[in-house]
This record gives sequence, C-alpha cells and structure tokens, in this order.
Amino acid sequence: MTADANLDEKRLEKPRPLPTPTTQPFWDGLAAEQVRIQQCLDCDGWVFYPRSRCSHCLGDRLEWRTVSGAGVIFTFSVATQATFPAFADEVPQIIAVVELPEGVHLTTTIVGAEPEAVRVGAPVEPVFDHGDDGLTLLRHRLA
Amino acid sequence: MGLRGDAQIVGYAQQRSERRFTGQPKLTLEQWADMAAAALADAGIDSREVDGLVCGSDIFESTFFVPATIAEYMGWSVNLAERVDLGGATPAGMVWRAAAAIELGVCEVVVMAVVASPMPPSPKPRAFDDRILFGASSSAWGSPQAEFEIPFGNIAQNNGFAMYAQRYHELYGWDERARAKIAADQRVSACANPDAVFFGQPVTVDDVLASKMIATPLRMLEIVMPCAGGGAALVMCSADRAKRTNHRPVALTGFGERLTHKTPTYAPDLPHTPVGAAAASAFAMSGLAPADMDMVQVYDCYTITALLSIEDSGFCGRGEGQAFVREHDLSYKGDFPCNTHGGQLGFGQAGLAGGMSHIVEAVRQVQGRAGERQLARHDNAYVTGTGGVMSEQAALVLQGA
Repeated sequence: MTADANLDEKRLEKPRPLPTPTTQPFWDGLAAEQVRIQQCLDCDGWVFYPRSRCSHCLGDRLEWRTVSGAGVIFTFSVATQATFPAFADEVPQIIAVVELPEGVHLTTTIVGAEPEAVRVGAPVEPVFDHGDDGLTLLRHRLA
Repeated sequence: MGLRGDAQIVGYAQQRSERRFTGQPKLTLEQWADMAAAALADAGIDSREVDGLVCGSDIFESTFFVPATIAEYMGWSVNLAERVDLGGATPAGMVWRAAAAIELGVCEVVVMAVVASPMPPSPKPRAFDDRILFGASSSAWGSPQAEFEIPFGNIAQNNGFAMYAQRYHELYGWDERARAKIAADQRVSACANPDAVFFGQPVTVDDVLASKMIATPLRMLEIVMPCAGGGAALVMCSADRAKRTNHRPVALTGFGERLTHKTPTYAPDLPHTPVGAAAASAFAMSGLAPADMDMVQVYDCYTITALLSIEDSGFCGRGEGQAFVREHDLSYKGDFPCNTHGGQLGFGQAGLAGGMSHIVEAVRQVQGRAGERQLARHDNAYVTGTGGVMSEQAALVLQGA
C-alpha cells in the first residue's frame, strides 16, 4: 500500500475512458454527436453500458440504435470535495444518474447549472464534450 | 433450506482502531497469524485443531494463491480454503461460508481473519495499487468503472452513497436530523468503548449537521473515519467441539447474501438495497423475526447505509426509516440497540476489520462480555455487511447457544 513514484502524476491526470473493441461504436457515435446504445434482438431489452451480451437474457445479438440521449435525472450528488484530485477544477461537480426513455441508466455530469437548480426528475438533454484526445464524453444539461 | 445452528462462533480477537498506528508494523501474513492466535486462545482451541480458513483480499505478500500461502504459514492442513471478495461484506460472507462448511461436515474448526495495520517499509517498490487512487472502483482497461464511471468523477464511495441518500429523501421526505441522529446515538456507544477511535468524543445532531458537506447531502460526520490500524478474527467450530470452549457459543441460525450491481447507477431498485433480500433469507432460515432481535449491528460506512439497512431489513416499513430513527434511542442504553460498539462511524474503519467489528460486537454481547455496554437482553443478534456502494450485501442472525 506504499505509493509508487508516479502517484502524484496519476493524481493530477484526469482519468479518460479507454474504449474496448466492444464499446468502440458507442464512442464513435459520441464523436459524431450521436448517442448509440444497444438493443437485444432476442428480448428487445435495452443495454447500457455496452456489452458483448445482453444484460437481460445473455443473448449475443445486440444491435446499435441511435437514441436522443435526453432523459430525466434519477438521482445525483454534488461533490463539494473533489472525488479525485484531478477533478478539483470541476468542483462543485454535479454527478448524476440519468434515466433514458429506453429505461437504461447512465452516469453523467450536469453542466451549466447551479447545484441548487438540480432536482431528481428534472429533464435533461445531451451535451457532447469533445476532448483533445479524440474522445467525446456524454454529459447533460437541464432541458 | 438452511442451517441447523450447529456451526458456532466461539472466539474472537480485535485490535483497537487507531487513526495513527502506535504498534509495531508487521507483514500482513504476520498480522493474520497474530489475529488467528489471539482468537484461538480466546476460544481455548489449539492451533493444531484448525482444519478450515477463510481470508479476504487484504494479504499483500501474495496477490493470488492466498489461502494456500496462509495455510502453509500457519502450519495448518485445511479442508476449507476460501478467499472472500465482497468488500465490506467480506466478514459476514466469511461467517456463513464457514458455517456451511462446518454443517456439511467438511471441517470442524475454521479461522477467519482480516488485517489492516501498517507493514514495515518494503525494500523493493510495490506494484501500483489501484485502490490508493480509486477506492472500490477499478481503473483497469476494460473495467466498466474505468470507462463509464471514473471519467465522470463517479468514484466510490462518497458520491455513490450520497446518490442513494438523495433519491431516498426525494421519495420519502427530507429529515436530515434523523440521519444525523444515527451518528450521534452511535457516538454515545463509542464513548463507552475504549477501543473506539472516537472514545471520549461525543457529538450532537447539530454537530453532525454543522460538519463539512462532502457529497450532498452527506456531511463529514456521517462518513466513516478511515483508520491506519486494525484487525480482527473469529473462530467458528461445530456445536460438538463448542462444548469444550471458553465462552458461550454463538450459533449462526440464518443468513442471506445478495448482489445486484457494482455501481449504484445500475442498481435495479435504488434507493432500496439488496439487503432486503438477504435479510428475508436470514430471518426465514432462523425462524425469527426482526422483532425478536435483542440488538442490530448493521454496516454503517455512512449514516444512510445504516438507515437503509434498518429499513430494508424490515425493522420498519418502506419509507419509515427516518421516523423510526427519530422515535428510538439507538445507543446501547436505548430501546433499539444498534451498533453498540459505536458502529464504524464511532469505532473507526480499518479496512475489512471495520466490517468484522459488527460481528465481533454481536458475539461479545451475546457472550455477555461487553462490559459497560452490556445489554440486559443479549440472546439474538442481527448483523449485516455491506460492500461497495450497497452492492454486496450479507445478513446474519446469530443466537446464543
């Protein structure tokens, strides 16, 4: 449990997603400002996060569908202390779970809002946050 | 389905919780040996009788082949060699696995230990441990947490529990004083426990509400204090062997375990937790009801954890947890003794030893060894373990033999 020499550097780097072959279409979609999630051809269930098999029936016939990415806030918490040192510049960070009309839940941050304005049940719409590394994060703003 | 109650906890060991460790640093294998020896001595059982062991993920000298390494180090020949990976629910998960093996006749004397004290400085650099930076979230490539949670700052644990609290209050009303009262009541018990990290430091509901906001709506005094020093162990044996031990045997008569998710984003029924299913199983198996319990020792890494565990376990109805807490005194002196050692909020959390502290306290109370905190009625105890963010849940019903 002793720190290694690179620990301080790691604390200051904002962790970024590293796509896998399975999840790559999701990230490609976001780069093109489209929200793509998977639907199972066997049971019609919607699946998020992207997987190799359906999280309802374990079928492997999953199709990518483009959805609006808009939804409602299911729950949230305002981090008044950074959850990780590299996020200090985003504090207070509004970390939220959004429910899409398809029924799936995803983790996001609510941007462009005062924490006091955020409520469970509030409608939100997607914000495509394009990073310098070619990756686009799906965030949300109050609709 | 279930247990006969023929597997019984007969001894324990527990280090005091320390924010700054004052003891001698040791390897985790050495700490494991110390805890095991102390618990066996407490029970009055010779090391040569041990034929089962259950460990957690806290041995740093080996990352795999851990039970074999422990068996060899202790000089044991075992028929049960189990490693449990359930976060804070690990100790509760250990107990039912040991009991099942004993009742199946696989083994007779099982030692379970968790260790969390500092090690001596290593002469060689240690491999980077993800847990230093990301707690219970894995940052490894391909981990769902690394890809879909960590980049948003959704890093276990504070915000995950806060998201449970936020939705709970939205559905059932906002009474922040009720949540704070859990911390204050448990501190009363911690002040009667010299081994607790907050011994001698009472807090009021107003103190809790005045403490620093960390992740809305959770404040500093609603969050466990991580401790640098701690460790605990339990010895469980067959009812037959238990007749020749030093203290009143404590039988496991019911248990349940339930997992549904790793990250609360994907919890199927948030803010309701998998502890409900685990509790239903534990009570059904034991033939007892929540009202039969003389004490509850529920996992409390946060106030909301205890609130949800009390409610989902059936001590009150859905959505009634806040009123229940308002109407009862949760201290060891009260009408609903809950976490009589102070809970982890009062005792401190040293790694997995935090989760084992609930079981140790239940055994101590049932055995009548709780000193100033001793409850007048102390036959039946309900214990829970929570791992991750209300993700791994285990429930135990323990009864004095």
